[in-house]
Amino acid sequence: MTAIDPTAHLTAQQIEELGRELDAIRDEVIADRGEKDAAYIRKVISAQRTLEMVSRGVLLFSIFPPAWLLGTAGLSVAKIMDNMEIGHNVLHGQWDWMRDPKIHSTTWEWDHVSPADQWKHSHNELHHTYTNVIGKDNDLGYGIMRVDEDQRWYPFHLGQPLWNFLNACFFEYGIAAYDLELGKNLRKHRRNNPAFRARARAVGRKIRKQVLKDYVIHPLLSGPSFLPTLAATFTANLVRNIWSHSVIMCGHFPEGVQVFERRSITGETRGQWYLRQMMGSANISGSKAMHFMTGNLSHQIEHHLFPDLPSNRYAEVAVKVRALFEKYELEYVTGPLPKQVFSAWHKVFRLSLPNKKQKPEVTTPDREQELVAA
Amino acid sequence: MLEMVTTPLLPSDYLDLFSPLRAGADLRGRIEAVHPETPDAATIVIRPGRGWRGHTAGQYVRVGIDVDGVRLWRAYSLTSPTNRRDGRVTITVKAIEDGKVSNHLVRRTKPGTLIQLDQATGDFVLPKARPAKVLYLTAGSGITPVMGMLRDTEFDDVVMVHSAPKPHDVIFRDELHDLVADKKLRLTEVHTDTDGMLDIARLDELVPDWAERETWACGPAGLLDAAEKHWSDHGVPERLHTERFRPSVVATGDGGEVTFSATGRSVDADGATPLLDVGEEAGVLMPSGCRMGICFGCVTPLKAGAVRDLRTGEITQAEPGVLIQTCVSAAAGPCDIER
Repeated sequence: MTAIDPTAHLTAQQIEELGRELDAIRDEVIADRGEKDAAYIRKVISAQRTLEMVSRGVLLFSIFPPAWLLGTAGLSVAKIMDNMEIGHNVLHGQWDWMRDPKIHSTTWEWDHVSPADQWKHSHNELHHTYTNVIGKDNDLGYGIMRVDEDQRWYPFHLGQPLWNFLNACFFEYGIAAYDLELGKNLRKHRRNNPAFRARARAVGRKIRKQVLKDYVIHPLLSGPSFLPTLAATFTANLVRNIWSHSVIMCGHFPEGVQVFERRSITGETRGQWYLRQMMGSANISGSKAMHFMTGNLSHQIEHHLFPDLPSNRYAEVAVKVRALFEKYELEYVTGPLPKQVFSAWHKVFRLSLPNKKQKPEVTTPDREQELVAA
Repeated sequence: MLEMVTTPLLPSDYLDLFSPLRAGADLRGRIEAVHPETPDAATIVIRPGRGWRGHTAGQYVRVGIDVDGVRLWRAYSLTSPTNRRDGRVTITVKAIEDGKVSNHLVRRTKPGTLIQLDQATGDFVLPKARPAKVLYLTAGSGITPVMGMLRDTEFDDVVMVHSAPKPHDVIFRDELHDLVADKKLRLTEVHTDTDGMLDIARLDELVPDWAERETWACGPAGLLDAAEKHWSDHGVPERLHTERFRPSVVATGDGGEVTFSATGRSVDADGATPLLDVGEEAGVLMPSGCRMGICFGCVTPLKAGAVRDLRTGEITQAEPGVLIQTCVSAAAGPCDIER
């Protein structure tokens, strides 16, 4: 939370006008959505499946180092595509409009230990509704970290650089635990709640299937290449986890991103909701390939404004959204991946310690200064 | 076992990449040719997947086709004979005004397109026992299921009375005239632009022995309603078999808020819009079929509230196990549809 609200210069009327302009951007894409978009996602899905199949095929001979390298690289990319550009976006309902039961948020399942329906609840309903609201949006530090001065410090946070590193390595398990709200639900009086137990069993089943596939079946199929294949699938999962963790950290943790108090969202209008999404998200700049590999979450701001627009449209939407940021004199937080990752990690380290002192009263509205203090 | 290799996907998800028409796959077809029949009708030649179980002349098939990226399902009569050597089937489609699917199929579909299919169904078919005398009473695209019958089974004494606006609007006109030349068919064409609509009472003059004939009628609701009344008035309703392409909506009322509980969406609906349209509009994955209340491809549990059957006005209340046809049901107050 900045000492000075960076949106303070906007009148209520301007905020509603901003909302209408964003609605218009959304309507334009929806009116134009069609065959080309459908062809895009089908092509991506086919490419992902082909890449996964070929990579796993190559890994049958992973005892030969070139095969190991090639197969591991291919499988890592395939897993990233499955989770990011395909899974995350399909589960958002971005492709539901096609009415294809095979590519639909209610039927999709992904290569991830958190079952799709649990992830949809914690991500789509909670995180996307209460984005960056302290106490409501558990994505703010995932319940294990302090990522804003306004979050209270506990000695537990001293270890948060380590927690964050472990979370990055085993991110899919972190997400599964997070979707289960393990921290809350493992408390004594909740542990035996039948609804929680059913969900925990579903996660258990999903983990079993994923582990069997990656660490038993495919290594076994590889015969003499058993161990190299095991190492390959482990590496691919690790690469996927660290990559998606990095991308996702860049969405809400870099310096300059605003967080909000619980009471600030009571009676929030559509315009205000949009404004919160604009101020609470950060983009990653880069090439087309980079955007693709992040599942277009590099366009986090646009994604948060329009979570259900097809991901292949965020790039064109970003141009219009950025113009609105300029028009309304708001900070569009973006930067290359290394810079944003560094910024997010820097915050994780810095906030592992308690706040130094009372925040100074900022009287001169120097935007750079304020945002660094975020 | 194979599923353990491919989880969370299924082996078929990978096989579909190479062989979408194989045995064991979801039933699909590939469009191999589109032959224009009239300015606004075309015959679509489809190679069905290996799972196709064949059809009976007069039946229809549900077809799911992507129009502007959106999967839409419609039912079309099969017009190919059941014993076609190359295993292909045909449907013949007439483009109707504002018809998304029909216009797409007639004017824009390209050979090579993959479509979704269902098994053939429908009871507008010929009986096992061959009737001595047959009358086909058709209008417009209502000729399509009858063409499937004509091409499939020859009878000794067949009469057809077919209505279309102008001569060039008559689908299959050349083939019909060939049948007439071969004395396999007696045909009366009614050109409604010049002759006016067929007055059912004229049957006495056109086909004096109509009441003795086993009759298959297909066309707009006006024609079928008149035919049903005519056959009943003359005490031979059992001789008449009809096929309707559209439901006849009789009853509408107040709507209400419709909840699709499985998807977690709620929308306000009026009392005249079928719940199928309401759901599709809201982005809910709704099963669908003929969209006219006959194929039961759209049945869905009604969890709470009440719906009105648009054909009869009958109200259905939610009870455990109650299924409704969403294509001919509208909200009658707030209701919860399990999708």
